[in-house]
Amino acid sequence: MIDYESFRQFADSWGLLYLTVVFVIVVLFVFRPGSKKTYDELSRLPLKDDDHVQ
Amino acid sequence: MSIYSIAFLAFMALCGLVGAAFAVDSVFAFHSWLTVALSLGFLFWGIKNYTTEPADQSRYLDSVVRWGIIATIAWGLVGFLVGIIIATELAFPEVNLFRQMNFGRLRPLHTSAVIFAFGGNALIASSFYVVQRTTGARLALGNLAWFVFWGYQFFILLAASGYVLGVTQAKEYAEPEWYADIWLTIVWVAYLLVFLGTLYKRKEPHIFVANWFYLSFIVTVAMLHIVNNLNLPVSWFGTQSYPLFAGVQGALTQWWYGHNAVGFFLTAAFLGIMYYFVPKRANRPIYSYRLSIVHFWSLIFLYIWAGPHHLQYTALPDWAQTLGMVFSIMLWMPSWGGMINGLMTLQGAWDKIRTDPIIRMFVLSLAFYGMGTFEGPLMAIKEVNSLSHYTDWTIGHVHSAALGWNGMVTFAMVYYIVPKLWGKKEIYSLKWVGWHFWLATIGIVFYISAMWVSGIMQGVMWKSYNAAGFLEYSFAETVAAMFPYYLIRTLGGLLFFLGACLMAYNVYRTIVMTKEEESNIETVPA
Repeated sequence: MIDYESFRQFADSWGLLYLTVVFVIVVLFVFRPGSKKTYDELSRLPLKDDDHVQ
Repeated sequence: MSIYSIAFLAFMALCGLVGAAFAVDSVFAFHSWLTVALSLGFLFWGIKNYTTEPADQSRYLDSVVRWGIIATIAWGLVGFLVGIIIATELAFPEVNLFRQMNFGRLRPLHTSAVIFAFGGNALIASSFYVVQRTTGARLALGNLAWFVFWGYQFFILLAASGYVLGVTQAKEYAEPEWYADIWLTIVWVAYLLVFLGTLYKRKEPHIFVANWFYLSFIVTVAMLHIVNNLNLPVSWFGTQSYPLFAGVQGALTQWWYGHNAVGFFLTAAFLGIMYYFVPKRANRPIYSYRLSIVHFWSLIFLYIWAGPHHLQYTALPDWAQTLGMVFSIMLWMPSWGGMINGLMTLQGAWDKIRTDPIIRMFVLSLAFYGMGTFEGPLMAIKEVNSLSHYTDWTIGHVHSAALGWNGMVTFAMVYYIVPKLWGKKEIYSLKWVGWHFWLATIGIVFYISAMWVSGIMQGVMWKSYNAAGFLEYSFAETVAAMFPYYLIRTLGGLLFFLGACLMAYNVYRTIVMTKEEESNIETVPA
């Protein structure tokens, strides 16, 4: 049975580490080499023709 | 309608009949008969329109979006009107005329109508529109999207009529009883399947960011709804049920649900609207697609922890209260990331704020989004919360965000989408859009400034002690002091409602617009 103290300690150690690592991974991912071209294209995706199925 | 739909409707009618036969209370009987009547109505319509012809896959399924937009406007008018009625009841208690229109019954009717009926329909309709256009594919799974639409309206009917007849499970924003909750779960799973199915058959290799926001909304709302509504009915043929969680666990579950309804229903999903419609209307690319990804993942990872700030200074463990506060403050960053991305999308098109009233609405909605997401974390700080909690400041905060952000972004989306859906050049009158903008803006300013003043006054009066250490004011005195602000609030709501009426008429005129009228309408200078 997990008690209050150990639950709190888990939250502010491993929990914190987990969220930080996820954040760092996301930032590294979006700045990966070659991503600029992809994202420039994607930012224009809504501007495509919107009346017909492709 | 297919043979499966007909069989399903017949089954529903049968369930309704059984429910009506064994009902242990009158509201359950009423809802059972309602199920029978609606199932049979749709059944006969379905038999008359029986077809085995497959849908034309080269065209988008837009008729369900058209119905969704009409439902959005209709429920919006109902929700705003009920808001004015309950605001009047607070100022003049005599207006609580009979028990069906008691404040306690109409208040959940107002909140559910504006959040779930107005907001929910806007989200379902716009997500169906956006997912088709950003994947280049027709909605998946045949007519299941129609089941989502009508099933959702039926849920709203069950919830709304239940409130008025006195049925509630007394959880804020989760008032509908167990059987309505089960029905919504079925509808929501169908919604998820349609959305995922459409993403699956996409012709565009990437999943556009707006779809990520919509998908996080659909998945998270399913999870929140199921966990917060784990109830055991007293009878399978009655309205009454009891929750599995009790005490502080129940409270934490409720606000984990409640705040993420704000985070994923009213924030993430509406950001989905922003990420498609703002670039579209401004005819500009998204300012930073990278930022959209970083703030999406930050937003959804942080929001889920912010709920405990609703329980500051309660029996909730102190560390959990602090955790809720800290995560709320961290939310400043991803929230403002979204606002900046939306506003900066107008880079190179800033003149449109002056020339295009629809862009002006989008910009105002983003400004209110920024304001709301600044004020919220501020109020989550324990010291601020000790003054603001249980006062009208909270109501003011909610309305600046809901009317300013959710309301305005929905109105702007409606003005953009209606001409598209009905094949017209532009909305009937852009001038009226400008009028709507000012009516709504002035209404919001009246509303929120009145609530700020009355909220802080209320908090200060509650905390005042006299020299002998007794409370300075009785509770009734603090209520009486709020009267003028309640009047100003009602006036603000009235202006906001008038703006929405003008929108409804403008949309109606756009739909029935003739070719000749269309050639004469004003458009935005390019």
